[in-house]
Amino acid sequence: MKTLVWVEHEGGAVKDATLSAVTAAAKLGEVHLLVAGESVAGVAEAAAKIAGVGKVHVADDAALGHALAENVAPLVVQLMADHDAFVVPATSNGKNIAPRVAALLDVMQISDILSVEGEDMFTRPIYAGNAIATVKSKDAKKVITVRGTAFEKAASEGGSGTVESVTSTGDAGLSSFVGAEIAKLERPELTSAKVIVSGGRALKDGETFEQLIFPLADKLGAAVGASRAAVDAGYVPNDYQVGQTGKIVAPEVYIAVGISGAIQHLAGMKDSKTIIAINKDEDAPIFQVADIGLVGDLFKVVPELTEKL
Amino acid sequence: MKILVPVKRVIDYNVKPRVKADGTGVDLANVKMSMNPFDEIAVEEAIRLKEKGAASEVVVVSIGVAKAQETLRTALAMGADRAILIQTDDEVEPLGVAKLLAKVQEEEGAGLIILGKQAIDDDSNQTGQMLAALLGRPQGTFASKVEMEGDAVSVTREVDGGLETVKLTTPAIITTDLRLNEPRYASLPNIMKAKSKPLANKMPADYGVDISPRLETVSVAEPAKRSAGVKVADVDELVAKLKSMGVAA
Repeated sequence: MKTLVWVEHEGGAVKDATLSAVTAAAKLGEVHLLVAGESVAGVAEAAAKIAGVGKVHVADDAALGHALAENVAPLVVQLMADHDAFVVPATSNGKNIAPRVAALLDVMQISDILSVEGEDMFTRPIYAGNAIATVKSKDAKKVITVRGTAFEKAASEGGSGTVESVTSTGDAGLSSFVGAEIAKLERPELTSAKVIVSGGRALKDGETFEQLIFPLADKLGAAVGASRAAVDAGYVPNDYQVGQTGKIVAPEVYIAVGISGAIQHLAGMKDSKTIIAINKDEDAPIFQVADIGLVGDLFKVVPELTEKL
Repeated sequence: MKILVPVKRVIDYNVKPRVKADGTGVDLANVKMSMNPFDEIAVEEAIRLKEKGAASEVVVVSIGVAKAQETLRTALAMGADRAILIQTDDEVEPLGVAKLLAKVQEEEGAGLIILGKQAIDDDSNQTGQMLAALLGRPQGTFASKVEMEGDAVSVTREVDGGLETVKLTTPAIITTDLRLNEPRYASLPNIMKAKSKPLANKMPADYGVDISPRLETVSVAEPAKRSAGVKVADVDELVAKLKSMGVAA
């Protein structure tokens, strides 16, 4: 089976989510990559070094600059004439593009896979991760999005792929990019962090969130996350949100501070290796998944913890 | 301009789903069902556009069992003008749903189609994108802001690093994210009024598309259970644990 992996990149670098997708794709067969964007020669070079990669198709065109699905999908469809599976990291860009490709190929997408059980069998979470379905695809070609935290990352060095340029299918003329507001992060990125400190509604307001959660995170070299309640209340921007509708994370250590543990939130973090909960309500559902729990007032516990680390 | 809003009847988001003992699926017997939360946001957005004078009519459509009528009545009570139920007892996958919706759009010719970004039962996050592909129209997925600009629509999208704004020519497909709006509750008088709003009953066969499933669900299992945790008495004990895990120096 020949797979085509869509390379997610940013600022001239391949993003980690791509490396997990490569691992998943390698379980299906020969791995080819697609690097699409504007001025992406550097990205293509970096992509060719990913371990186990064969051909790297590069499409360099201003129309592909912001990964607009309307322009990327026809290009992928053209390349799929020669591939059996299109494998995409389940990032916001991946989730935007892949179903458009699937429909153009007239196949059902398999979303957010957790494992590859055979060349047409996969497991995936449903009902906010409360059930795991094993599905078998009857389609001749597969379109698959990959949950990054479920697969090891392929080594970013050691490969010797061959770079080959492909002609862009151009601008579909349906959409245009206007602008972006990218949140500045001084800390590790949520989806790739080893340690995450997350705050919930109990933090009271944005200022308190910053005063309590950020110093603790910095002591641990951790990324900062939040529950939907904290995001909706405006304590932190929405890209901090961990959950079914936010980011799915699986760090070594996840510290939930003042988070009750609604199923929506658990869906985003319950595959963390060690979960630590700090909550004053000892009946909070978060304690049912926590490996280590501390029942106490976060306004006292968190400063003390930060101090003692 | 007409707005088309597809809605789905799903398990209520507060209910913890139980996997059936025989591994064939999730037990939905006697479980509270509601409108998919993202679809409520889609209905709300369509109604707001109508209230602003940007839309003339809001048509809601659902594909599913006879009881999906209740979901459509809820949307009518929120302010939608009329409803279409494509009734089937079979489970229809996102690709099939998108094909049926594409046919509905051929009949309706809506300027915008607003869907939820994903349904909280199958968590696929596909239907809107697939519909856009089948219609050859642009897509504004994971929208947190929608503004009409003449013949175009400006959509602010929630992406991994923050927000991104795109401009789409209409007709366009938009999928809603949580922060787009706060859906209204239907008032009792509006619930009564909704009962007399038109609801057309259709069958998948009326549209002549192949919606046979492409994915076979081999089994459904409970996720691996986490082993029971321990409670620590104080911060010192927690610090010691963190140190033993190598997280803290």
